[in-house]
Amino acid sequence: MQRPPETSAPQRRGLTAIDGALAMIAILLMVQMWLLTATLEGFLAGHRDGVLPAAMISGVLLLATFGLYRFVRRVDRETRGR
Amino acid sequence: MNEPRSAKKESLWREEVSIFAAEERYVNRRQFAKFLVLTSAGMFIGNLWILLRSWLGGRVSCPALAVARVGEIPVGGSRLFTYPGPNDPCILIRTSEDEFAAYSQKCTHLSCAVTYAPREARFECPCHQGYFSAADGRVLQGPPQRPLPRILLRRQGERLIAVGVDLQAARG
Repeated sequence: MQRPPETSAPQRRGLTAIDGALAMIAILLMVQMWLLTATLEGFLAGHRDGVLPAAMISGVLLLATFGLYRFVRRVDRETRGR
Repeated sequence: MNEPRSAKKESLWREEVSIFAAEERYVNRRQFAKFLVLTSAGMFIGNLWILLRSWLGGRVSCPALAVARVGEIPVGGSRLFTYPGPNDPCILIRTSEDEFAAYSQKCTHLSCAVTYAPREARFECPCHQGYFSAADGRVLQGPPQRPLPRILLRRQGERLIAVGVDLQAARG
């Protein structure tokens, strides 16, 4: 049976960075899910004070996850380009 | 013309579908990251939707509106109506010969419709077993944290007229 080619040290470092970024994205996504749930529950209960801040924070979290996604792509491209 | 197969014995599927595990892992991670970002965008859109609903439905006027006639509701009976808007279900109850009360029918937990239980003198939410007092709308039991918003009533002869919503009670 053919074994997959061994990954080089830069590739391993790239994989570690990508894994870290993915973990960060997952954590941010969980926070965003909680935020949406809490906002919806508050809205349905008639609490509208926190709706605007929640939307703004959610937008910031989206920007952060998008930034991490771009980081993943950049590291991936650099690692492949070696 | 086809390339000659390598001298090394390989199964046919490995030659035709050549997969390098490391590269496949890179692609999978990138696709997974893209999926997570799209999910994040969906969450943000959900928050924006709530914000828009909040802005569009924020200004409520409470005109006087005849909701029932006294003789239409027996003691212990109830009647549904909408107030102040067509999407605001309310429930009017008659607790005694001369006493009426009206509340928003939306449970303050997650907006399920509450029903009147005259024997227990309470409103019951079937979704999560939230109970509200029929006397003043306060929470008796269950997950709701705030009382039912009370609809202010005025009696004009035989007519019952809704004249406003007691938001202070809704805020608790």
